[in-house]
Amino acid sequence: MLKFTAEHEWLKLEGDVATVGITQHAADQLGDLVFVELPEVGAELVKDGNAATVESVKAASDVYSPLDGEVTEVNQAIVDDPSLVNSDPQGAAWFFKLKLKNVSDVDGLMDEAAYKDLIG
Amino acid sequence: MDDQAALRTTPLHALHISLGAKMVPFAGYDMPVQYPLGVMKEHLHTRAEAGLFDVSHMGQVIVKAKSGEYADAALALEKLVPVDILGLKEGRQRYGFFTDANGGILDDLMITNRGDHLLVVVNAACKDQDVAHMKANLADCDVTLLEDRALIALQGPRAQAVLAELWAGVSAMKFMDVREVPLHDVPCIISRSGYSGEDGFEISVPEAHAVEVAKALLEHPDCEAIGLGARDSLRLEAGLCLYGNDIDTTTSPIEASLEWALQKARKAGGDREGGFPGAERILGELANGTTRRRVGLKPEGKAPVRSHAKLYADAEGRTELGEVTSGTFGPSVEGPVAMGYLPISHTDAGTQVYAEVRGKYLPMTVTALPFITPTYKR
Repeated sequence: MLKFTAEHEWLKLEGDVATVGITQHAADQLGDLVFVELPEVGAELVKDGNAATVESVKAASDVYSPLDGEVTEVNQAIVDDPSLVNSDPQGAAWFFKLKLKNVSDVDGLMDEAAYKDLIG
Repeated sequence: MDDQAALRTTPLHALHISLGAKMVPFAGYDMPVQYPLGVMKEHLHTRAEAGLFDVSHMGQVIVKAKSGEYADAALALEKLVPVDILGLKEGRQRYGFFTDANGGILDDLMITNRGDHLLVVVNAACKDQDVAHMKANLADCDVTLLEDRALIALQGPRAQAVLAELWAGVSAMKFMDVREVPLHDVPCIISRSGYSGEDGFEISVPEAHAVEVAKALLEHPDCEAIGLGARDSLRLEAGLCLYGNDIDTTTSPIEASLEWALQKARKAGGDREGGFPGAERILGELANGTTRRRVGLKPEGKAPVRSHAKLYADAEGRTELGEVTSGTFGPSVEGPVAMGYLPISHTDAGTQVYAEVRGKYLPMTVTALPFITPTYKR
């Protein structure tokens, strides 16, 4: 199940663990990424709180946690090569995996059709 | 307030849109920050081939003495700028800055001897203030902001080859030479200079022909349109100051490590020593040094350290030293680069300092500027 936030994160749920990344739209808006900072494994994230930082040549931007949960895994590949986020943001360039506090919270997020309406 | 409605446009605005530029407000103008190529590739293309930049937002100003004599205009402007303008030969250009009574920098500028007058190019954000400043202080000169000319920068190792398609004589020009030449029968003023650290040109074009000249240059397979994003990373790698970031009224030219711009004639013992605003402080600092200096800073990790990041002597953030004034990722350096001010005790190349970024203290090394090797054609 693929869900989206108004802050341009995507979330793919498998059991009670969600894989989180930023959308193609967000990656296009940010431009060439040169730096990615991810949360620590074990970090407790809260919905809409800072989860990660991405930097383009021009500026730094925050990536927010879509829901409450604990980080179980991070994607070192995008730290080693931030340009992966520009080339495959909704695939290989996922950011982190989050063990959700309440799986039912996912129901409050947008589906793909609603997100597409949002970005026009 | 509706910022979009208030923004001004340059004569190349429609061309930027047609090339797919992402437009942003800059110094009151709607300007291209990047094109579909993207900041990274635009930067690298400029260092490898040639990049075309719209810098028409900058102010082009003619300063002409009422007497019609170049020397009168030069001596008048020397009252506001601590560089040798009288000694500038016809068809030559020089970098300078307006100083204030405290020895701070009001703006930086390029000054050309155009025979019977001076052509001055100033920053977009300061141009109204600069024109007012000159009008108020140069009573015996006519000061005219040229509102009907575009300014196109062509930068990079292939810039000469690109421009040679329109004017074969370009190869005879040297760094900081200025010539008036017809391109496509359009009278243009061409300087061999720029702000990227590369060889290149700035071309002043009558507004009505700006698109035609820009398109003719872009037709060359080695030439790409480049936005303000790459312009900033190029100038930072080249160690060049951005007014408002690295220099302003709180920094003196000597603190800013710009003493190379002051020629002998204006320094102590020179023919026309002093005689500019803040001369006492500036000449005093030349003789006795300053308490702080602008330096290059190379972050050790991969994280860019941006302007206003605080600099510390230690990794715990106990002893604050100064702050970063410009910082980004340098595509040619393949890592982050920055500039900032540090106390003299910490300005030797190789000194380690720490920048506060998102609550962490990241090590940075004081590094000689520029970060790249310039390719100016001297």
